[in-house]
Amino acid sequence: MQDPAKRVKVLHMENITKRFPGVTALNQVNFDIMEGEVVALIGENGAGKSTLMKVLGGVHQPDEGTITASGSPAVIRSVADADSLGVGFVHQELNVLDNLDVGANVFLGREPHRFGLINRRKIKADTQPFLDTLGLDASPDTPLSKLSIGQQQMVEIAKALSKEAKIIIMDEPTSSLTLSETERLLKVIGDLSEQGIAVIYISHRLGEVTQCAHRVVALRDGKNAGELQRGEINHDAMVSLMVGRDLKRTPLTSSDHETVPRRLVVSNLRTALYPECQSSFEISGGEILGMAGLVGAGRSELAQATFGVDPALGGSVSVDGITIKRGAARQSIKAGIYLAPEDRKLTGLVLEFDITQNISLADLWNHSSGIGLIDRNAERTVAERQIERLKIKTPSASTAAITLSGGNQQKVVLGKWLSMKPKVIIFDEPTRGIDVGAKAEIYKLMRELARNGVAIWMISSDMEEVLGISDRIVVMHEGRITGELQRDEFGEEAIMHLAVGHSKTEAN
Amino acid sequence: MANPLLRYAGRHRRETGMLGLLFILVVITSLGTIEEGIDGLFGSKFLTPDNLKNVARTIGIYGIFSIGVGIVIITAGIDLSVGSLMALLGVFFLFLVTPPGMRPDSAIARGIPEVSWPMAVLWVLLLGTLLGLLHGILVGKLKLQPFVVTLCGLLSYRGLARFYANDTTVNVGDASQDLSFARKLGDGTLGDVLISDGQKGILHSIPMTFVYLIILAVITTIILHRSVLGRYIFAAGRNELATKYSGINTGLVIAIAYLIAGFCTAFSAIPFCIYTGSVQPTSHGAFFELYAIAAAVLGGCSLRGGEGSIPGILIGTAILIVLRNMVNLLGYPTPLSDAITGGVIFVGVIIDQHGATGLKKLFKRKVRAG
Repeated sequence: MQDPAKRVKVLHMENITKRFPGVTALNQVNFDIMEGEVVALIGENGAGKSTLMKVLGGVHQPDEGTITASGSPAVIRSVADADSLGVGFVHQELNVLDNLDVGANVFLGREPHRFGLINRRKIKADTQPFLDTLGLDASPDTPLSKLSIGQQQMVEIAKALSKEAKIIIMDEPTSSLTLSETERLLKVIGDLSEQGIAVIYISHRLGEVTQCAHRVVALRDGKNAGELQRGEINHDAMVSLMVGRDLKRTPLTSSDHETVPRRLVVSNLRTALYPECQSSFEISGGEILGMAGLVGAGRSELAQATFGVDPALGGSVSVDGITIKRGAARQSIKAGIYLAPEDRKLTGLVLEFDITQNISLADLWNHSSGIGLIDRNAERTVAERQIERLKIKTPSASTAAITLSGGNQQKVVLGKWLSMKPKVIIFDEPTRGIDVGAKAEIYKLMRELARNGVAIWMISSDMEEVLGISDRIVVMHEGRITGELQRDEFGEEAIMHLAVGHSKTEAN
Repeated sequence: MANPLLRYAGRHRRETGMLGLLFILVVITSLGTIEEGIDGLFGSKFLTPDNLKNVARTIGIYGIFSIGVGIVIITAGIDLSVGSLMALLGVFFLFLVTPPGMRPDSAIARGIPEVSWPMAVLWVLLLGTLLGLLHGILVGKLKLQPFVVTLCGLLSYRGLARFYANDTTVNVGDASQDLSFARKLGDGTLGDVLISDGQKGILHSIPMTFVYLIILAVITTIILHRSVLGRYIFAAGRNELATKYSGINTGLVIAIAYLIAGFCTAFSAIPFCIYTGSVQPTSHGAFFELYAIAAAVLGGCSLRGGEGSIPGILIGTAILIVLRNMVNLLGYPTPLSDAITGGVIFVGVIIDQHGATGLKKLFKRKVRAG
């Protein structure tokens, strides 16, 4: 990085206020960023981060306040205005077209052409330097569908760079990245900063923020909630800025509860993704097993095969000593194994259904008469009990799941299973995209379930979560379980070591 | 909203809107067809007992197969085979009830034994249901695209019907057994069946097909909107993956939907061929699949799946049939009715997508201003 004193302020937003009908999303918010600076913007969901960035991106017009870009006043009325000011956006959900190649994506909408025909050679030549800068090992004519999510994200960054972006906004960029891809991205952010490009980094993953941010700006309820300079950035300081109070961290030691030994036993299970690998492990009732690994290590596939929504090629799964018939989720559900899947919107919920219908879906026969007519009062009662127990914030039990926030949607998924006396619950990325407050509630719930003898299998790519919640950790690499860590062996390095494929003994 | 009717209307916006459209259509048709010397209500040609009976009979036939197609659409599927299947089943039914010697000269036609008409009805229902199940297995279990599967059905069944019938018309009149009761059940009225032929009275103005439709509608309404299977059908249509993740065999649910559609088609094929009196295999039932889709879409089924209702499908069917009847009564050429039908569906869908929210906003503004 350059000498801070010589750096130029590339953006200054002052007293930005934005009102929507019934709510003031931003209230006199100030935000600025220097050339080459990495600023993390943190806050709970609804704190105003996205709105502020949408004001900067030209999606929303502020009701009050001024924006100064590189020293001169700027009015950003459209996305095109933002583009020309050098503001680039890398979205949470990737905005790339996977039926096109890398170059076509980078120059989408700005294709160099002659006589109306696209000049492919020029695209290729112009794209290559950006890929080199980002260290993306793919040629411009690689189809995007051949790239991993992390690589696709690099393409998005290349797109922003090709528009000569001076400020790049990254909204939850690591939510679907593997650990190594995350590391890679954080390094790229460092490189961008070296080149004088300012990065606004929005993330719920405070560990990453600690790693990459020069400064942290926190928002709370649409207002500035404070700032942290480089030396002050740590987990607890950020959390207290975000929530405005000290949130107690989940106690690390699992305590005094009854354990049911070998509640879930998975033996020699083989998945379609890694047919040559056999996985075996067990979880006791009352225990939280964290499963770490890089995305693509086959953790979700193992969970899905255990649950029965994906076929298992071999091996067996048993609960309390009773082997489950393979090949159908129904069998696992009967045995008391439930999966809260990674992708809530795609596999966890029928979004357009209301809360009641979602909660009762897996257990409808128990809320119906013998001939299969649904008892609506019964299903509603069950749903209302779960809404109360899980503190789901909703106007009523007949509210569509699609209108709820991420945290509340996750609670609906959990409500479905909690109403059915779980023995084993598989949590696949339980807190992805969920704000700090709801995260804490979900951790508390996992603890509580464990205390009641439920075996908990938690798959997570959030290092902090794995280390903070688990009683024991197993790590996977390319379909294989490479090692197991007991509580006294926990550590980020130990996990990374196993996650990249070394065995435990090699460490010493 | 204290009034339960109003509350129902609020929850079922689409159905209520389409019911309004049907009502307007009926009024316009009634007023537009008033002529001197007609003995209908207010002197309207539309409101004569014979015309109303005719309209009700047609709604009955079309409604039955539209319910089947509607249920398939709710699973995010489609059934394009209805019209061809009606031709095939019609030919099959008439083969079964006529002596082999009277049938068209084809090996298969001559090879099918003659059976009594009740047996023939059972065979047709069974064949239709099995073909529906076949579609269901191909779509639900083998995950083939429903459009393609039923498109193949559309081509094959029509081809087979023409082939078996040697491309000639097969007539009900060729049967040597006594079909008078079958005719009553298929083409008669409730009065004909319960009392005796040819009298006047309320029961004699309710066609049997309409009675079947009401019975089927009640049963399918309970299945679709009250039963576990119905909930699964909506869930699988909305988000098959999430439904699967809740432990539900979505392939089976989808297969059952197509099976119901096959049964419904067969169920309407029999009265329809008795009503037409003959089956001309090239044109019998042509485009019926499209009328069914139109009725379902008009009635609130979304082709994306997971949306729709039986009352909606019935209203959609009624709108289609009344429109065609209106075009006929006003003396316009019949082909024009399809053009008008297309236009009405188009307008209806546009209003549904954009108009209603616009209207709501307008309404809100007025309230605020007041």
